[in-house]
Amino acid sequence: MSSTSATIDHHHDHTTTTGIPNKKLVMWAFLASDCMFFGCLIATHLIYRLHPPPGSPNPKDIFSIELTSFSTFILLMSSLMMALAVNAIQKGNIKSMRWSLLTTIFFGAIFLGCQVYEFQHFVHVYHLTITNSMLGTTFYTLTGTHGTHVAIGVFWLILMYVRSFQPKNTAADRGWFWRGLLHIAAICGAVLFSIFAVIGLTHTLQAGEGFTAFLGHDFGLVIGLVATLGLSMFLARPRGQVAFDQANAIDVESMGLYWHFVDIVWIVIFTAVYLLEYL
Amino acid sequence: MSPPSSPIFRASNNPIMDATVKTNLIAKDDHAAPTRASVFWRPTSKTGLVSWLTTVDHKRIGFLYGIFALFFFLVGGAEALLIRLQLAVPNNDLLTAQQYNELFTMHGTTMIFLAVMPLSAAFFNFIMPLQIGARDVAFPRLNAFSLWTFVAGAIIINLGWFMKEGAPDAGWFGYAPLTSKTYSPDHSIDMWVMGLQLLGVASIAASLNFIVTIINMRAPGMTMMRLPVFTWMTLFTAFLIVLAFPAITIALVELMMDRLFHTNFFEVSNGGLPILWQHLFWVFGHPEVYILILPAMGIVSEILPTFSRKPLFGYPIVVFSGASIGFLGFAVWSHHMFTTGMGTVATAAFALATMAIAVPTGVKIFNWIGTLWGGHLQMRTPMMFALGFIWMFMMGGFSGIMHAAAPADAQQQDSYFVIAHFHYVLIGGSLFGLLAGIHYWFPLMFGRRVSEFWGKLSFWVVFVGFNATFFPMHFLGLNGMPRRTFTYDANLGWNTPNFLATIGAMILGVGIGIYFSVMIYTFFKGERIKKDPWDARTLEWSLPTPPPEYNFAVTPTVHARDAYWYEKHHKEEIAKEKAVHAKEDEAHGGIHMPFASIYPFVTSVGILVASIGIAVMDPGHKLVVALVGGVIMLAGIFLWAHEGNEGYHIRPDKEDLNS
Repeated sequence: MSSTSATIDHHHDHTTTTGIPNKKLVMWAFLASDCMFFGCLIATHLIYRLHPPPGSPNPKDIFSIELTSFSTFILLMSSLMMALAVNAIQKGNIKSMRWSLLTTIFFGAIFLGCQVYEFQHFVHVYHLTITNSMLGTTFYTLTGTHGTHVAIGVFWLILMYVRSFQPKNTAADRGWFWRGLLHIAAICGAVLFSIFAVIGLTHTLQAGEGFTAFLGHDFGLVIGLVATLGLSMFLARPRGQVAFDQANAIDVESMGLYWHFVDIVWIVIFTAVYLLEYL
Repeated sequence: MSPPSSPIFRASNNPIMDATVKTNLIAKDDHAAPTRASVFWRPTSKTGLVSWLTTVDHKRIGFLYGIFALFFFLVGGAEALLIRLQLAVPNNDLLTAQQYNELFTMHGTTMIFLAVMPLSAAFFNFIMPLQIGARDVAFPRLNAFSLWTFVAGAIIINLGWFMKEGAPDAGWFGYAPLTSKTYSPDHSIDMWVMGLQLLGVASIAASLNFIVTIINMRAPGMTMMRLPVFTWMTLFTAFLIVLAFPAITIALVELMMDRLFHTNFFEVSNGGLPILWQHLFWVFGHPEVYILILPAMGIVSEILPTFSRKPLFGYPIVVFSGASIGFLGFAVWSHHMFTTGMGTVATAAFALATMAIAVPTGVKIFNWIGTLWGGHLQMRTPMMFALGFIWMFMMGGFSGIMHAAAPADAQQQDSYFVIAHFHYVLIGGSLFGLLAGIHYWFPLMFGRRVSEFWGKLSFWVVFVGFNATFFPMHFLGLNGMPRRTFTYDANLGWNTPNFLATIGAMILGVGIGIYFSVMIYTFFKGERIKKDPWDARTLEWSLPTPPPEYNFAVTPTVHARDAYWYEKHHKEEIAKEKAVHAKEDEAHGGIHMPFASIYPFVTSVGILVASIGIAVMDPGHKLVVALVGGVIMLAGIFLWAHEGNEGYHIRPDKEDLNS
């Protein structure tokens, strides 16, 4: 199809009544539903913020606004990369789309890593747990639910990235399915290894130890990271024509809608949970 | 006895057709599927168990929804009869207090989530695509997923009956802190929470599908203001589900976190506020009652014009009042909480908003009366149920207005008056509407018609039994009988109304028994009918009975609001149009049909296993079972995503083309 149809109208689907592609419409309707979902969670947090039980910790003593501002900025930049990915595939440029998707995955992983670090820090340093105070209960549930949305988004991005390698002629390349599964596992592994390796490195540096000390206790993570990265790159080498083309732009676009929405929700959470404390 | 030969049950009763299906099934047309990897299995059987588990046909899915809903309707009815037997005489000891708690909890949960909602979903699935001239819903596999996830949720909610913990017992709105680990230490509440979560997922997925279908899959010429009213009400209900269910999802997530991970959302000793549960629950709970009634209103708006031989009176007003009911439905939740001390301003605001809902509802009732006015009324069975709906729903509406006044409600709160009110709107309203719908569309679905005598007999027995059960409850409530009491003393003045109500419940049970016996008899042996037995006006009746799996041999072009009525009166024009469209279809290689798929079912099974792991297993096995379920679910989703959504082509019956 990619060779014959030079241009596809990505904004009008002639097979539907309204011209809006079904996949786009269903994603918008789902996001409406998700608005109510996050609305109720944020409302819960704000209600308990207005009615704190006696002895509640002061969030300002716990939050690190610098770290969260940084991860917020990264998440917003990931939306830019997502938009570039959609734009690339709408023009049929698969290579550019893959790079944009990888950058989006990378930025999403940085955000998740910051959140894991933040949670660890709050639990171990400030002893804020999900059970020992109302602040902990609402904070971890709300930001954790958002983090789960980001993690699902990263996983979806990985699936879409790997899908872009599915060969056009699957009959001639019987192994594509299992190779794809391995590819997904390799990237997921690379994301997880890099998150935990960077957090390990940060902890080591904070403790005043050197880089060699980090290699000392986290050598396994580094090896894992190198291995999974190498495997991902090996599996990503070109192998002939792929099935993924401009016609799949709608798949990338509806995934992008989800990703942007999760970013917008984070802007609200960042304001309502963090910035509000510094008024 | 053999079931009627219907496309729901068999591909076709025509050998030529069967051959066409077979030859076209496997990759022979231009849009052929690429050669598949060995992990993908494409089910091709048209009969037997596998074909039902893998079906993506909206008619078969609707039929399955209906069967499951009717099964749970009978279960919920049996629970209600046990409740009434226990209350027949004072100081009765037929049931223990614990059993009574389980029964009223499960009666409410079952009737709302497992009977009325899926029965409405059955009609949404079966009828709505036919009314808009579509060949299926927008996402056929997602539709199958919704069905099987609903079944998974129903299984989990009811597991307690077969376990030593017993069924959930905290009431259908599960007020905190009754559901906390302290007061409900066993797994029954976990099952209730988990089951409702799955039903939420199923309902939201189904509703997203319906929204896209109605907005995007309409036949040419079917503008929004030509949609049949039932389709409009489907759309509003779907929006209500999509926007209301997240609230209960969050409430249940918070409760589950409290129970599994010892968080503090509703833990009073650590600053939790039980009132938060009430708010979250009713933010969902009040739109939910419109989710239950709007489909019935849609059905009645189809039946009344058909049997009055007139178009619906004030169609745009009926549509817009449906929209305003849905909109206002989100602004009235706190009228369930007038006695919680919200303060006078909030109470007054919610009282006013609640009374405001009576306006669009009243408008609808006047429009229905306007439809009847001056019509040539044909008193067939569906019409009887529809008229019963108007009258009984009005009675429930009147007592609803009484509740809307906060001072009066303070007296009625948690009394049998409330029970009387919501059974008038739920049985007299929703259920009468749905029973009318079954009678109305039964000939379309199965090609057979219920005999008028038995249909009307069942109506009258149900009608009398229903009123004998619930009318006395108004007086019981005003005389102070609280709801959810498992027995009462003989000297409170409640004996006679309670006894009457129990007799009424037995009559109602007999009526429902007659209704369904007649349905089953008709399914196998009823009078066979030709298409369009009621001389109706909407597109679904333009199809042969039962409809073929591709629905429309030629996609219809819609010229008027009562689309099929127009077709019947402009035969030549329509025949010319159809010939043109048939040629176009032929040029594409026939009618495109989606392949059946097992993966939605696999995904739902994974969700079921994972939920059982989380909600039912002891801590030792929890994680393992949950992980196994999670892996099955992920595998299902992954294969579903990668099997592709291509299909095959079939050619319609010659007869069907010419009819």
